[in-house]
Amino acid sequence: MNIVVLVKQVPDSGAERTLSASDNTVERGSASNVINEMDEYAIEEALKIKEAHGGEVTVLTVGPAGATDSIRKALSMGPDKAVHVQDDAMHGSCAVATSKVLAAALGRLNADLILCGAESTDGRVQVIPHMLAERLGVAALTGARKLTVDGAQLTIERQTDEGYEVVTAATPAIVSVWDTINEPRYPSFKGIMAAKKKPLESLSLGDLGVSADEVGTAGATSAVLEFSKRPARTGGAKVTDEGTGGEQLVAYLATEKFV
Amino acid sequence: MAEVLVVVESGVKKVTLEMLTIARGLGSVSAVVFGDADTDKLAEFGAEKIYTASGDDVANHLVAPKATVVAELVKRVQPAAVLLGSTQEGKEIAARLAIKLDNGLLTDAVDFAADGTATQVVFAGSTIVKSKVTKGLPIVTIRPNSTTPVAAPATPSVEELTVAVSDTDKLAKVVERVAEQKGSRPELTEAGIVVSGGRGVASADNFKLVEELADLLGGAVGASRAAVDSGYYPHQFQVGQTGKTVSPQLYIALGISGAIQHRAGMQTSKTIVAVNKDAEAPIFELADFGVVGDLNKVVPQAADEIRKRK
Ligand SMILES: Cc1cc2nc3c(=O)[nH]c(=O)nc-3n(C[C@H](O)[C@H](O)[C@H](O)COP(=O)(O)OP(=O)(O)OC[C@H]3O[C@@H](n4cnc5c(N)ncnc54)[C@H](O)[C@@H]3O)c2cc1C
Ligand SMILES: Nc1ncnc2c1ncn2[C@@H]1O[C@H](COP(=O)(O)O)[C@@H](O)[C@H]1O
Repeated sequence: MNIVVLVKQVPDSGAERTLSASDNTVERGSASNVINEMDEYAIEEALKIKEAHGGEVTVLTVGPAGATDSIRKALSMGPDKAVHVQDDAMHGSCAVATSKVLAAALGRLNADLILCGAESTDGRVQVIPHMLAERLGVAALTGARKLTVDGAQLTIERQTDEGYEVVTAATPAIVSVWDTINEPRYPSFKGIMAAKKKPLESLSLGDLGVSADEVGTAGATSAVLEFSKRPARTGGAKVTDEGTGGEQLVAYLATEKFV
Repeated sequence: MAEVLVVVESGVKKVTLEMLTIARGLGSVSAVVFGDADTDKLAEFGAEKIYTASGDDVANHLVAPKATVVAELVKRVQPAAVLLGSTQEGKEIAARLAIKLDNGLLTDAVDFAADGTATQVVFAGSTIVKSKVTKGLPIVTIRPNSTTPVAAPATPSVEELTVAVSDTDKLAKVVERVAEQKGSRPELTEAGIVVSGGRGVASADNFKLVEELADLLGGAVGASRAAVDSGYYPHQFQVGQTGKTVSPQLYIALGISGAIQHRAGMQTSKTIVAVNKDAEAPIFELADFGVVGDLNKVVPQAADEIRKRK
C-alpha cells in the first residue's frame, strides 16, 4: 500500500505563541517549532499498516524552509522518504490555499491512503482532510480512533457525542486520526542516523503548477485584521484545608450564586 | 433583506440557538435542517424560513452530502452569511463548502458582527483575533457558549429541499452507530458548569466524586488528558488542547495541575475554582478561588455542604 502522511510543523503548544506584529500571521520564525503532535499518531499508524501489509510511507509537508527539521524527525520514526513543498510566496497562506498546494503535491504521489492528524495545534481548524477529499474526489474518514485495513477496504471507528460510529470506504481515501488511536514510537538511534540519508524531495510552487498569487497573503481567502493579548488571569483567594476546605469552597460558590 | 443560513446541529443544540440569535442581527434568518429537528424551537428563536433535507443519502455518508445540499442552497439564495456550529461536523461541512464555493472560512468564532468581523480566541486562550473572510461570503463556525440565546418568535415557512448528491459524496459509508450510555448531564461544551478531574483523582472508581459534585451543581463532567490516558474517564470528556474547549460560567478543577494544554480548553471560563494538594500548582494562578488540600476530603465535604443548603 502506498501511504502518504501529512505532517505539519507548528509552534510548540507548550511554549508562548504569538502572531507576527508586522503582518498578523502566525509567528513561525522565533517560536520553538515541532511536529504537530497529532501527526505523530498518523505516522505511527502508517508504519503499523506498512508493517502488516507492506508498501511505502512518504511524509508530505507544506511549510517554510525550517520545517526540514521536523521532516527529518518524522523520517527518524521510520517512513521511507519525504516531500517538502516550500516557497516564500506561501507565507501567510490560508487553509483553502494550503489545501490547494497539498492537493497538487498529492496529485503526483499516487497514494492509496493519505493519513493525517485530526487537527493542527496552531490553527485547530480541523478542515484540511475534508478540503483535500473535496479537491481530490476521494473519501474522507475523519477523527479515527481505530483504523482497520482489509485489502482496499478501510474501516474506522470514530467517537461522537452520542457514542461512536463505524465508517467504511475503499481506497484511495484520506483518514485523519485522533491521539487515542495508538502510541507513537520514539525514534531509535539507528532511525535517527538512517533519517539523515533518506530521500527528501523539495518542490516549489512552479513544480506543482500553482501560481504565487493563489497562495500566501496575496491569495488568502480570509485575513486577520488585528490581534491583542487577553489580559492574563490572576489568581484570587486561596485557602488551605484545615478541616473546613469543602465548606469554604461552597461558601464561595454561594457568594457567586452557583448554589 | 438577505437571508442568513444557519446550519442546524442535529437535535437543535444550544449553539444553534446562539447562532439564530447572532444571525438575527445580520439578516433574515433561515435554518437548514438535516433529518428531523425541533422546528418549534427554531421558530421561537427567530427562524423566518426552515429548509429541510432528509433521506438515507444525507444521513449515512458523513458530511459530504450535507455540504453539497448547503452549497446548492447558497448558490440559489445568495445569503449574506452561513453560520455553522464549531463542532466536528460543523467545521467539516464548512471545509467542503469553502472548496465548493472557492470561498474563505473562519472557525471557532466567539462573536460575529454585522460588518463581517469575527472574533476568535487562539493560542490556548491567550490571544484575541479579529478577522474577516476576504473572498466570497462569510462562512463562519460559532463556538458553543459564545452568547446568550434570546428568543424572538417568528412564524417560519418550511421548504423541503431536493437532495441530489453525486457518487463521490457517498464514498464514506456509515455502517453502524453505537449509542453509549448517556446520563442526564448537560453536554460538555454547552454546560454552564463543568467539574473536571485530573490525575489527582487517582482512579476510575474515584471519579464518582467528580460526578457527584457535578450532579449536585447540575453540571457536566470533564477530565484532563492525564486522567483520560490513565483510563479514569472516557476520551470524549477530555478538556484542553487536544480535547474539547469549554467556556462555562463555572469551571471546577479537581486534582489538575493546570498545564498549558489543559488551560487551552478552559481558560476563558467565567469563574475558575481549583482543589489541589500542591500549593504551587499552576492552576492556582488562574483560579478565582483555590483550596489547597486533598480532594478526597474536600470534595465529599463540599458535596455534603451543598446538600445541606438545598
Ligand atoms: C500536544 C499536547 C496536547 C495536550 N492536550 C491536552 C489536553 O487536551 N488536555 C489536557 O488536560 N492535557 C493535555 N496535554 C497534557 C498536559 O501537558 C498535561 O500533561 C496534563 O494536562 C496533566 O493532567 P493533570 O493535571 O490531570 O495531571 P498532573 O499534571 O499529573 O497533575 C495532577 C495534579 O493533581 C494533584 N493531586 C494529586 N493528588 C491529589 C489529591 N489527593 N488531592 C488534590 N490534588 C491532588 C497534584 O498536586 C497535581 O497538581 C497535552 C500535551 C501535549 C504535549
Ligand atoms: N501545511 C501542512 N503540511 C502538511 N500537512 C498539513 C498542513 N496543514 C495541515 N496538515 C495536515 O492536516 C491535518 C489537519 O490540520 P488542520 O485542518 O489545519 O487542523 C494536520 O494534522 C496535518 O496532518
